[in-house]
Amino acid sequence: MFDLDRWQEIYHVLSKNKLRTFLTAFGVFWGIFMLVIMMGSGDGLKNGISQNFGDMATNSVFIWAQQTSVPYKGFTRGRRFDYENADVRALDEAIPEIKYLAPRTNVGGFNGASNVIRGLKSGSFQIFGDYPVFDSIDPVNLLQGRFINELDLKEKRKIVVIGLRVKELLFEKDENPVNQYIQINGVYFKVVGLFKSKRTGEAASFDNQRIHMPFTTCQKTYNMGDAIGFFNITSKDGIQVAIVEEKAIKVLKKRHAISPTDDAAIGHFNLEVEYKKMVGLFLGIRILVWIVGIGTLLAGVIGVSNIMLVVVKERTKEIGIQRALGATPRIVISQIITESVVLTTFSGYFGLTLGVGLLELINYLLDKSGANTEMFLHPGINFNVAITSLAILVVAGAFAGMVPARKAVSVKPIDALRYE
Amino acid sequence: MVDISNIHKTYITGNNKLHVLKGIDLKVDAGEMISVMGASGSGKSTLLNILGILDNHDHGEYILNGVRIENLNERKAAMLRNKFLGFVFQSFNLVSFKNAMENVALPLYYQNVKRKKRNAIAMEFLDRMGLKDWAHHLPNELSGGQKQRVAIARALIAKPKVILADEPTGALDSVTSQEVMDILTDINKNENITMLIVTHEHDIAKRTQKTIRITDGMITEIIKN
Repeated sequence: MFDLDRWQEIYHVLSKNKLRTFLTAFGVFWGIFMLVIMMGSGDGLKNGISQNFGDMATNSVFIWAQQTSVPYKGFTRGRRFDYENADVRALDEAIPEIKYLAPRTNVGGFNGASNVIRGLKSGSFQIFGDYPVFDSIDPVNLLQGRFINELDLKEKRKIVVIGLRVKELLFEKDENPVNQYIQINGVYFKVVGLFKSKRTGEAASFDNQRIHMPFTTCQKTYNMGDAIGFFNITSKDGIQVAIVEEKAIKVLKKRHAISPTDDAAIGHFNLEVEYKKMVGLFLGIRILVWIVGIGTLLAGVIGVSNIMLVVVKERTKEIGIQRALGATPRIVISQIITESVVLTTFSGYFGLTLGVGLLELINYLLDKSGANTEMFLHPGINFNVAITSLAILVVAGAFAGMVPARKAVSVKPIDALRYE
Repeated sequence: MVDISNIHKTYITGNNKLHVLKGIDLKVDAGEMISVMGASGSGKSTLLNILGILDNHDHGEYILNGVRIENLNERKAAMLRNKFLGFVFQSFNLVSFKNAMENVALPLYYQNVKRKKRNAIAMEFLDRMGLKDWAHHLPNELSGGQKQRVAIARALIAKPKVILADEPTGALDSVTSQEVMDILTDINKNENITMLIVTHEHDIAKRTQKTIRITDGMITEIIKN
């Protein structure tokens, strides 16, 4: 219920010494402001880094062939070898924990010479031979047409799915690339799909320069025999991909006569480990932000408590009069706690609003300037956190008022009345 | 109305013990108007504070309107003060940020009377004190006599059984003092409210029915005026 007398008293107390009230409020304001800004920035950093993963299954591992480093079974060290189609079935049979197994080949390396031609236009792109499951491991946004399917694979169809950047470089602006032909290393392929990366920034422009064709088509067209460039494997849900990784390496070592002690022969990259490291890092940042933020907030709240003590001391006589007239300890205590809660909540709310406002401004400016958002994207704090911190403020305000309030009623009324 | 027997009170400050009240016996009937006189330090204010449940006694018995005052918690004490007692102080003790009307209404605020109702009642009491036009003035805009009249209105509003006045005229000139005493005697007569007035002015004491003299924490003399 709204109690005008109570608010009149709160106003009187807080406005009596405006500078003091302002400085006290500033402590709380600054605490919550810093908390919001730091959390927002932490999130921004996380968003920036996470975008490099797109929708890629993070429980995946890449395995490729390098040179052996240990002589084994009559082979000398430094031997080169290729994975072959039979490895796919062997891996599938030996490791039940595999969810998706995508063998891949690629034509030409990174940033090679011009390898794709269409009419007078040409460009240099990354060409991959893929299984349809690849789209489940590292999904893309299909803008037009379709991705590779099983029939393409079976019939070794000469079709490709191209990235957005490929389309931009080889086709006119309003041209529909689907059902058009492009020439890759001298062979014509029909375009059946156009995609856009789910990532943003530099990672996206990389993705958008890819061309995918059926795995079998790639092997046959470019005389690769049954050689496989590399494997991309994901584990079943709930199973660490490291288990799959270890087993797969064991199987492959055995099949290719590689010494069990040879760590250099098989190249592998465990995305999950990297991802976990990153998640751990962000957790660390978050914990740090909370510790520092709560610490700053606490300093502000202690400031409030301190000032309330001074206020209670100054008002000793006034409180004494009220008690002589029949104010129960409950009334006095709740009055002082309300003052403290009002002060913290008001200044805290202000800090929260200003913090969120500043984050939004940064967001807007980042978007508008088109700055490189590789490391920092959409800073912001989630609604729950904002509500939680407000709740913390109210509770903290109540606690800040508790000690002064107790002190106010611990004095005997007569001593309070005599106080000058 | 007020019945105390063998009241003792000792103040302890550090190593010093100060035995202020040394066995006070006093019976005040309903509707009596009594003044308490004594030199400073004699214990007259302490007696009034104990009667006002603002302080507690160490030893003895205190019965106020049939209620035994002993080992009360602060909440109970506050409620008894609110219900049975009205206070008038030498320094008026008005709440500085509340206007005259709100000051008068304060005891009713603690009884959870609605703001509109209690302010209306407060206006009635101010009117009786001749201060209706000053109702919306803050205490620092009032003269000493006006302030004391506001304080008296405040002491009356909750319809107490006993009014305790600690040097009510101590800060007033003689003319205003007599005015304030006029008001107090009127109230005593018309409303039959028991009144205890601590004073060291003979003029004031003479206007009460009985004067009690306290010397060194004991009642040494009771004079009928």
